Amino acid sequence: MSSLVYFSSVSENTHRFVQRLGLEERGMPVHRIPLRPADGFLTVDEPYVLLVPTYGGGNEGGAVPRQVRKFLGDEGNRSLIRGVIAAGNTNFGAAYCIAGDIIAAKCQVPYLYAFELLGTTEDAQRVRDGLGRFWQRQSLISA
Amino acid sequence: MAPTGQLKLIDRVTAINWNRLQDEKDLEVWDRLVGNFWLPEKVPVSNDIQSWNTLSEAEKLMTTRVFTGLTLLDTIQGTVGAVSLIPDALTPHEEAVYTNIAFMESVHAKSYSSIFSTLISTKEIDDAFAWSEENPHLQRKAEIVLEYYRGDDPLKRKVASTMLESFLFYSGFYAPMYWSSRAKLTNTADLIRLIIRDEAVHGYYIGYKFQKGLAKLTQAEQDEMKAYTFDLLFELYENEVEYTESLYGELGLTEDVKKFLRYNANKALMNLGYEGLFPKDETDVNPAILAALSPNADENHDFFSGSGSSYVIGKAVETTDDDWDF
Repeated sequence: MSSLVYFSSVSENTHRFVQRLGLEERGMPVHRIPLRPADGFLTVDEPYVLLVPTYGGGNEGGAVPRQVRKFLGDEGNRSLIRGVIAAGNTNFGAAYCIAGDIIAAKCQVPYLYAFELLGTTEDAQRVRDGLGRFWQRQSLISA
Repeated sequence: MAPTGQLKLIDRVTAINWNRLQDEKDLEVWDRLVGNFWLPEKVPVSNDIQSWNTLSEAEKLMTTRVFTGLTLLDTIQGTVGAVSLIPDALTPHEEAVYTNIAFMESVHAKSYSSIFSTLISTKEIDDAFAWSEENPHLQRKAEIVLEYYRGDDPLKRKVASTMLESFLFYSGFYAPMYWSSRAKLTNTADLIRLIIRDEAVHGYYIGYKFQKGLAKLTQAEQDEMKAYTFDLLFELYENEVEYTESLYGELGLTEDVKKFLRYNANKALMNLGYEGLFPKDETDVNPAILAALSPNADENHDFFSGSGSSYVIGKAVETTDDDWDF
């Protein structure tokens, strides 16, 4: 079993989605990327799926939150990413959930799932079940 | 001598200091809004004249009426709505963001005029405005929202404003997305997409400020506010259904538009921090409309439901962020 790493701004939108997943109750560690430099730097030591909101709107600059770019800038952190999930809003047109495309391309990992805003009950269900199966498969591949 | 009851704008002047933020979201949203700034003159709507002439009379009438309705809503939001939020602002930066929102709403209202003047005659424009001003459902929608803007509850004002930004525009936004999906009026659709993008940031921000205020209330007050929000949504939704029928009924599009309405009603609720109300099978927007809104939305980003044999790596994206360290 591996972990989930996520980022959520002070709006707490992504945080609430992660809470609805109830991963920790299922034994999957969950780590939040700190909002401010003063809150410390997150260093991970086990494989993880990254869940991020898409910022901005209409252009790709700044679509991946700055804190997430810094987190992935650490080579150790980057080497352990296994997949990405992104949140967004279709109102942003071609930039909808583009943070997921950018991270998947830069880190060469699969883009696992995209959902809108706080996500629906179905989204939470699919991500919860999907992560379970994903890690199961990963452990078979690496075994 | 200042008579009592005179409009008092502020107690004292405090200069806005963007280097001392009480809420970092203010600067983040300000930067986003400024980065997204646009003017209608940038979009070559005149390239749609030929396409416009291929529409039937009924289609032209529907489209013109949609735009006068949107003009009315943006006029409200620009001159009353966003402005009414300013006195409730908790920080000077929040005030500044509202002034930006108010200005952009006026840009939106003016954009519709530039579409009109390009595509139709003055007489037709006047007739469409007259229709809008007499349409009971459009007037009812305006009345409901204006009532809250003039009320004395800052949080209810934010609920009404988020509903307008994230829900009430969409009976109108459907039309240009519909035309775009049929490769018609594509420049007009490009312009409307810029408006749709702005409304997303507005709805997100006002909804966020609502949630900040809500968190300070007692549980009982929060419950009351939630009940109020859902009541208002239902009242607005019922009215939207009637309004939709009056616009699209003749073309047989009402049911398709209603899915789009419910999908956006859920998003308005999410902007306010609530879960969506309408279930999945009532919000399954026509894929062609969704693709017109976002070409990225119809790509199946659901690796989980696949067999897992195909690894979909994100398509190559040119990143412009300069602080990637790798």
